[in-house]
Amino acid sequence: MSAVIPEIPPEVQALIGTEQYREKTTFDIEMGYVYNTCAAVQNGNPLFWDRQVAKDITGGFIAPPTMLSVWFRPHYWAPGAEGEQTALQTHFDLKRLLSLPEAIIAGNEMVFGAPVRPGDTLETYQVIRSISDVKTTKVGRGRFWVIDVEVINQHGEFVGRDTYSCLGYRRDAP
Amino acid sequence: MSSAAVESLTADQIQVGQQLPPLSQDVTATTVVLGAMASRDWRPMHHDKDFAINRNGLKDIFINTPNNAAWFERYVTDWTGPKGRLGRMKFKMSSSVFPGDRMVLQGSVEGIGTDDTGCCWVDLDLAVLVDGAVSTSCKARVAVPLDVNDNPWQRKGDQWRP
Repeated sequence: MSAVIPEIPPEVQALIGTEQYREKTTFDIEMGYVYNTCAAVQNGNPLFWDRQVAKDITGGFIAPPTMLSVWFRPHYWAPGAEGEQTALQTHFDLKRLLSLPEAIIAGNEMVFGAPVRPGDTLETYQVIRSISDVKTTKVGRGRFWVIDVEVINQHGEFVGRDTYSCLGYRRDAP
Repeated sequence: MSSAAVESLTADQIQVGQQLPPLSQDVTATTVVLGAMASRDWRPMHHDKDFAINRNGLKDIFINTPNNAAWFERYVTDWTGPKGRLGRMKFKMSSSVFPGDRMVLQGSVEGIGTDDTGCCWVDLDLAVLVDGAVSTSCKARVAVPLDVNDNPWQRKGDQWRP
């Protein structure tokens, strides 16, 4: 039997525009992660591989700007943690609160500020910007939502903003 | 290596309508999983084919969003050289990229101009294509040096307006 998608509850409406999940990085920014990313896409930019070039151009090694979201993704497992550890928690909250069990990221916009350097401590928070009416898509029926993830560094500098356009859906919804 | 030996594009070498050299990549399951793990994305649809098919209703595991961004970044800075500094990137995925696909990245220069601080910005129209169809479209804004003595990476605070 098909499930009807419920209205947006008032407690979810109240979350729109509210800062949530302010947190700091739980591990050091280091080049090992940078090399994994560069290797995965065969990125030979010497800023990440050549110490002298990095020193001359960026004042030392930096991380690729598009790694912005990488620094806040939780470990798959950690001592004392229970259940699945997820990044972009507001996204998973919305899936649950809106009874939309499936979801995909439909689009992404990033703005880059100060570069991320090994040893940096970053801080982030998430803001739900909007939730759409019910839409019918090729993968199912559901809602689109937009989430901003803001990142600043230990000097209070703006490091970047990651804006996700997401679709939460049900495959069986009428 | 000295930075003097590393070439970067300067503003005078860039024109509106200029095409970026295309980049082809045969995607395998390893490509997808490497990208997901490198971006610390442990969600099963990026490494578990059974989950991708039976839970997500897709044909296979697929390239995840941060890895998509990493491919675009590599594509842009392959072209600009290391002094090219990304300011903004927006992309929309209309279909996923799966193992067995050959993805082709292509792009062109949509605009070039200098802001009030003297920073030179290039607006790029980029795409990932599979079998000739756009899988992901992308708009990127990258700062490039005005001349060989300029370096967008030295910009901070109000001098950096992406």
